[in-house]
Amino acid sequence: MNNKMELRFPGISANEGFARICAAAFASQLDPTLEEIADIKTAISEAVTNAIVHAYQEKGGEVVLRGELGERFVRFEIEDSGKGIENLEEALQPFYTTCQGEERSGMGFTVMQTFMDEMQVASQPGQGTKVMLFKKIGK
Amino acid sequence: MTQKIVRLSGELDHHSAAPLKEKLDTLIKSGGKGLRLVLDFGDVTLMDSSGIGLIIGRYKLLKNSGGELAVQGLNQQIDKVFRLSGLYRIIKKI
Repeated sequence: MNNKMELRFPGISANEGFARICAAAFASQLDPTLEEIADIKTAISEAVTNAIVHAYQEKGGEVVLRGELGERFVRFEIEDSGKGIENLEEALQPFYTTCQGEERSGMGFTVMQTFMDEMQVASQPGQGTKVMLFKKIGK
Repeated sequence: MTQKIVRLSGELDHHSAAPLKEKLDTLIKSGGKGLRLVLDFGDVTLMDSSGIGLIIGRYKLLKNSGGELAVQGLNQQIDKVFRLSGLYRIIKKI
């Protein structure tokens, strides 16, 4: 099975659920378990929410979700053109958040790392962030 | 101690957290001192880390008024988010 998809949508919170459903529907072609689908939906939700809340600071901007299916894996890329991450090492620490007092848990990247098999983040301050998420299906 | 059970439904993410926060805060403030609030996740299909922030915020609010927060009915995915974030260290699962 080889397949690809690309989705572009405005970074508004109503699209968090939309992006999760699309990613899950795409991955379902590999006949994943319910747990694998829940893992994918959770990780995509974190990445898209980061783009909306942090990259665009809830002012909107385009988010791109790309998906790729292989024989027994799925790979996603979530890309924004927002403010970028100044200190990636800090941002990846559990409970680290730049939104003090706004009830952000700082657990987004930790959840992505835990629910997927691999995560990579590339970011340029002032230019944007790209998150790559990889998961084996049917291990 | 007064106990109130709130049955949640749907998906708890950044989008749904803001209106839910408002409703819960109104309920907590009207509940007075020593309120025991139970959040029933029986009909919640998904929660991401936005839910962690929401729960910690309500926990603090209840603690400050001598109350407590408990949860029940978590599915496997939500249980995983709770365990990962250490929420069970401060919030009781019943």
